[in-house]
Amino acid sequence: MSTEVSKSSVEGIDEQRLVQKANRQDLRFAVTGFLVLVVAMAALLALVADFMIDGVPRISVDFLTNFPSRRPDQAGILSAWVGTVLVMLTTAALAVPIGMAAGVYLEEYAPKNWMTDIIEINVTNLAGVPSIIYGLLALGLFVQTLRLGQTILVAGMTLALLILPIIIVATREALRSIPLEIREAAYGLGADKWQVVRMYLLPAARPGILTGAIVGMSRAIGETAPIITIGALTFIAFLPPAPLQPEPPFINFEWLNSPFTVLPIQMFNWISRPQAGFHVAAAAAGVILLLLTLLMNGLAIYIRYKIRRGQK
Amino acid sequence: MDEKTQVPVVQPTTETPAKPAAESPIRARVVDLGFFYGEKQALKGLNFVVHDCQVTALIGPSGCGKSTLLRAFNRMHDLYPGNRYQGEIILYPEKINVVSPDVDPMLVRLKIGMVFQKPNPFPKSIYENVAAGLWVRGIRKRSIVDERVELALRQAALWDEVKDRLRTSAYGLSGGQQQRLCIARALAPEPEMLLLDEPTSALDPIATSRIEELIAELAPMVTVVIVTHNMQQAARVSDHTAFMYLGELIEFDITSKIFTTPSDRRTQDYITGRFG
Repeated sequence: MSTEVSKSSVEGIDEQRLVQKANRQDLRFAVTGFLVLVVAMAALLALVADFMIDGVPRISVDFLTNFPSRRPDQAGILSAWVGTVLVMLTTAALAVPIGMAAGVYLEEYAPKNWMTDIIEINVTNLAGVPSIIYGLLALGLFVQTLRLGQTILVAGMTLALLILPIIIVATREALRSIPLEIREAAYGLGADKWQVVRMYLLPAARPGILTGAIVGMSRAIGETAPIITIGALTFIAFLPPAPLQPEPPFINFEWLNSPFTVLPIQMFNWISRPQAGFHVAAAAAGVILLLLTLLMNGLAIYIRYKIRRGQK
Repeated sequence: MDEKTQVPVVQPTTETPAKPAAESPIRARVVDLGFFYGEKQALKGLNFVVHDCQVTALIGPSGCGKSTLLRAFNRMHDLYPGNRYQGEIILYPEKINVVSPDVDPMLVRLKIGMVFQKPNPFPKSIYENVAAGLWVRGIRKRSIVDERVELALRQAALWDEVKDRLRTSAYGLSGGQQQRLCIARALAPEPEMLLLDEPTSALDPIATSRIEELIAELAPMVTVVIVTHNMQQAARVSDHTAFMYLGELIEFDITSKIFTTPSDRRTQDYITGRFG
């Protein structure tokens, strides 16, 4: 029979005490973290709940299908939500392809030198420029110099400019996070740069790019300042021409040149009226705006899930 | 001095009988090859030949430059800035200098395929992985692609295991299967030369022996250059062996000669396990 070891490996250190101390530390941090989280969530929930209590009862089919009105109980958001959807479509159609192309160029094609470094720093900083600055730029360039008018197209272009840096940065990050092995495998097969980008890098980067696009769009959908700056109207009692028509060519783009309003502007307009009825309508419009944002994020999560499942 | 230094521990197996190695035509000739990572010289003054349809093994201790040399063969270093080649790797019969700045890396990679240390299938289906090299070359006709995918998978001894799941993701395969898939992917476009960079270092012994069998079967069809840190592997699969140390080629000869009667003291020390 062997005898048991009697000597501890580490002399003079109370290991039991070290473990207890570590556990106490963890507990302290966990409790603090939880409390902070509760406070933050409570504030947010209270805000949304207040909003909902005021706004939800006001939402009805009439509210969604009525134009704005002088009478608070008859006012609706038809022109505002249609405007928001159309402006968002225009923004996405402009910002996503341009942002992706710029990101791919900077990451894969541009020579790595001080020029690219400067561009990189600028793009990152542009993401932090206040949106009203973009509004002023758009007013000067699109509205006054190019005389494009206060149209859906101009709003889409302005918001596209605003979210371009977000999409460019997201594209670059997504490309950069693709494992080196995939690149080497693709180039090793004799693929040219465009084939590598199109067949292997872009598909792998898609979830990241999509996330960037949605973050950008979520920012754009709530923007008020640049849209007001370019001179969007606050009282619109008509819809833009329909994008689809029964006779050939079935699609028309007349709506791009139409005046418009968007949800945040409608809200801003109503909240600055004295009548309480308009304040309720503003809350209701806010609920719709929140729902639209949620819908967009949900769609992104769904698509991302589909892509991931397709890859695994 | 003990007995070990006189009697090499590694013997070439009799399963791969020594071929008339020296008589095989030359597929590539390395002439005074040097390579720099920025300022740091990683390879200097390499001279040897790669024989057609035989297996050439590159061995040596970690950091000796064997992977660097292999990656020079299909210009992988060109993917990263600041790298520079010196000298020549002449590929026959075209007689192009593979490492010349005037030769497009893409042209080299279209002729010379590569399999990497870690299995690196694309996150796509098994079929799409093997077809990738064909699509890259503009071969799109369904019947031809189907045929060559099957042939490559058969050559890589993977066909029977995957023929019923060609449309499923390559990530569902085991590590050894993934590596054989990568070999099939490299073989499908019928390269003039196949580079294997420690292809079994991430695999278990059973998967390793399957890959080794595979390499022996490939040799009559394609020229193979393999980097390995496993000397038994070099002895088992190769016809010629190059021993490298500190970026230099110490000895190049028929494998059986390297492992039985090396002429350089450092080669002998390495293969007997004195360092490395």
